[in-house]
Amino acid sequence: MKDHATLAEEFIKDEARTNWHDETLWFVRQKRDKAAHGLPEWEQLREWASQIKNHTLSNMDRYLEEFEKNALANGIRVHWAATAEEHNRIIHDIIKKNGITRIVKSKSMLTEECHLNHYLEEQGVEVVDTDLGERIVQFRHEPPSHIVLPAIHLKKQDVSDTFHKHLHTEKGNNDPTYLTRAARVHLREKFIASELAITGVNFAVAETGGFVVCTNEGNADMGTHAANVHIACMGFEKLIPKASHLSVFLRLLARSATGQPVTTYSSHFHKPKPGQEMHIVIVDNGRSNILGKPDFRNALKCIRCAACFNTCPVYRRSGGFSYHTAVAGPIGSILNPNFDPKKYSDLPFASSLCGSCSNVCPVKIDIHDQLWKWRQALTKAGYVPLMKKIMMKGMAFVLGRPALYRFSGASARWVLRYMPFMVKFKINPWYKQREMPAPPKQSFREWYIQNKKK
Amino acid sequence: MKVALFIPCYIDQFYPQVGQATLELLTKLGCEVDFPLHQTCCGQPMANSGFAAASKDCDKNFVRNFTGYDYIVGPSGSCVLHVKEHLKDDKHPDETIHIRRHIYELTEFITDVLKKEVTHAVFPHKVGLHNSCHGQRGLGLSSMTERVLPAFSKPEQLLSKVKGIQLLKPVRNDECCGFGGTFSVFEEAVSVKMGKDRIKQHEANDVEYITGVDVSCLMHLEGILKRQGSKVKTIHIAEILNTEA
Amino acid sequence: MVYSKQKEMSSRDKIFSAIRKNKPEPVPFAEPDASVVISYPDLFEQFKTVLTAIGGSCIEVSSAAEANKLIAELEKGAYVIDTTADYPENLASLSPGLLASVDTAIIRGLTAVAENGSIWVTEKEMVNRLLPFIAQQLILVIHEKDIVPTMHQAYEKITINETGFGVFIAGPSKTADIEQSLVIGAHGPCGMRAVVIKN
Repeated sequence: MKDHATLAEEFIKDEARTNWHDETLWFVRQKRDKAAHGLPEWEQLREWASQIKNHTLSNMDRYLEEFEKNALANGIRVHWAATAEEHNRIIHDIIKKNGITRIVKSKSMLTEECHLNHYLEEQGVEVVDTDLGERIVQFRHEPPSHIVLPAIHLKKQDVSDTFHKHLHTEKGNNDPTYLTRAARVHLREKFIASELAITGVNFAVAETGGFVVCTNEGNADMGTHAANVHIACMGFEKLIPKASHLSVFLRLLARSATGQPVTTYSSHFHKPKPGQEMHIVIVDNGRSNILGKPDFRNALKCIRCAACFNTCPVYRRSGGFSYHTAVAGPIGSILNPNFDPKKYSDLPFASSLCGSCSNVCPVKIDIHDQLWKWRQALTKAGYVPLMKKIMMKGMAFVLGRPALYRFSGASARWVLRYMPFMVKFKINPWYKQREMPAPPKQSFREWYIQNKKK
Repeated sequence: MKVALFIPCYIDQFYPQVGQATLELLTKLGCEVDFPLHQTCCGQPMANSGFAAASKDCDKNFVRNFTGYDYIVGPSGSCVLHVKEHLKDDKHPDETIHIRRHIYELTEFITDVLKKEVTHAVFPHKVGLHNSCHGQRGLGLSSMTERVLPAFSKPEQLLSKVKGIQLLKPVRNDECCGFGGTFSVFEEAVSVKMGKDRIKQHEANDVEYITGVDVSCLMHLEGILKRQGSKVKTIHIAEILNTEA
Repeated sequence: MVYSKQKEMSSRDKIFSAIRKNKPEPVPFAEPDASVVISYPDLFEQFKTVLTAIGGSCIEVSSAAEANKLIAELEKGAYVIDTTADYPENLASLSPGLLASVDTAIIRGLTAVAENGSIWVTEKEMVNRLLPFIAQQLILVIHEKDIVPTMHQAYEKITINETGFGVFIAGPSKTADIEQSLVIGAHGPCGMRAVVIKN
């Protein structure tokens, strides 16, 4: 399987498209900045959110019990899934029991993580993703490349071609409004016929036993209120203690994600409507494991806003697919190695450690610090290419010994001056697109001894 | 006060002029500066690559060389940050703590400890200011565009007093240049793309020089500039501040 | 023959057991304090500015009667369901197929939020949960006195579990999923109007 560096290199080959991808996402980061700077209390909001999440993680069992009790009293059926496979099975059982073969689904990164669509389709269930971006990539048999803007890697011409193929829109008509209207008509049929709708959960409230789903398109509501069965899926870390805390998170979420003051719809579900079944599937899938790691548990505070994606200079220039996982970007780089250290050992290195991600995170996850810590953990566990290990250990040996360091430095400079061809070859990754630094005759130390030392 | 000069390994070997400028500048500002002769490397390249455990020899050598000084000053935001956050020598815990608490990057040392301005510098050129990430976000050398906090910049504070200088900021004020240590080699495509984009933004301001507090960033940008045959040069902030009429 | 039956742990038990084992030491937190957040000199003006910026529109009237008259004018000829006045008795159970042809839904809003142009509506006001989403146009009627500065004050005012469903609605539905081009009207209403009865 190709690693991030290889996939990124392929992505960057199309430089014009890379520039477009980078500028588009930078624009979203700028919108976030404008929204953040519009609230003098922004940094205070982040601190409140961070503390509430820290507190909740440290009392997770108590709050989960409270949530379950209140949800059950509301008439919501509560299911517990220890693994992704169990999550998929529970959902399929509900679908089967109701004799349903076609369902609609609004955005849920958890269902991506569990590969729910693939599982259900193999069981003969038709799954329609109703978020416009997700429907587009679903038609194209691609995963989303961004957790908030699933089709950000596509140009309108790509969408036009896809809709022409699947929705019989006019060939070559790539007007976004025209295409969106076509999707509206197409999905409206699905909503009206909807028997079962699956949604994610942005926030679950322990105090009231309810949950909140945020969308701009209204697709979560169009699906659930038309259906006889509503299944909501959540990782247990989405829980917050009180209803009043929603003020903090809803004020931070959309501003961080897209620069909007709030999403168009913030839907609060507490009871099924008369005649409806409402289910919630609470998932672990490795989260309780992360909870036990002091270095990495902060990643569980994530509210999936993708601000870190938009600010990351590496993500913007390599695209979501370079991370070969459902949740990409900086947060993905610190979450995924928990699930499969070997498969995702490249991700914490897909970063220059600039630290911008930690600064934009609305819940103050120490993302860049965790990237550094993951590098140590993965190296210790042996998930590092042999060449790199040899190189690094060699460097450590030389650089820790004064005489050897000076000798190596002088040799390197000598080689660069007299035998540059030894170093200046295209396979030398530095030299591929950059000149080597000019080799001075004297090191600083040599100059110092000659001129300054008394 | 006894000040020790910390010259990062790649400055020692490839950019000695930056070390010279730093030494001369600190001397001009009234410091008595010592250069411990057996210093090597702070260990950052290995540590950032996941081999912090292997950098033990570098750490021990660092503590050995820099014990016994009031302050340690170095012309590098990232190396100073690394020492501050990660220096470890279990056999000499007190000395290690003292070093971590008293190591400074050059510009913050001048503004925060010496509390001086540099009034003799002359550099009548158009200069693009590059905000090196580790110095900015790690050491707090300046405010950053992501955060809603009062604006300030220690490097700018010093540069603004340089006679004749025209300081210009790129449109993305604090985006990373793409060096990132071994990132520059292991993720070469992304690293160079980031560097090229950074240069384009500076070139849009028609600058003659690009400056910053970290030679690593400048070395990376210089490598690309030279390959492009550009007339734009890189220069460390110590070299600008050390100029005289 | 003696055998012991291993009682298999349910998933719920497994999860709780793991969480109890792994959770960190309890940490306290500071309750958010609404007194330090942004405030606006004119709540109605702020609400109107934001709602307009996000693609909605805002009309001021001086009384409920004037509101009714205005709406009647605006919606002449349209298939309207007005839950603030007379509406079909079976509205709550109307099928999605039938609701799909509704042009305009008119619903009373309880609380409006100046900072983000949103209005809180519950299933009591909307009668049918699908109605505010499936209608092509949405009109929400609010009183100026019910406009609060921020979400903090909104959550102090409302009780989110008072009914089985409630929603903050901020303008018309929208998407920017196609090359970041903003399109007003995704799957929810294509247009949204707030009718504000002034104090």
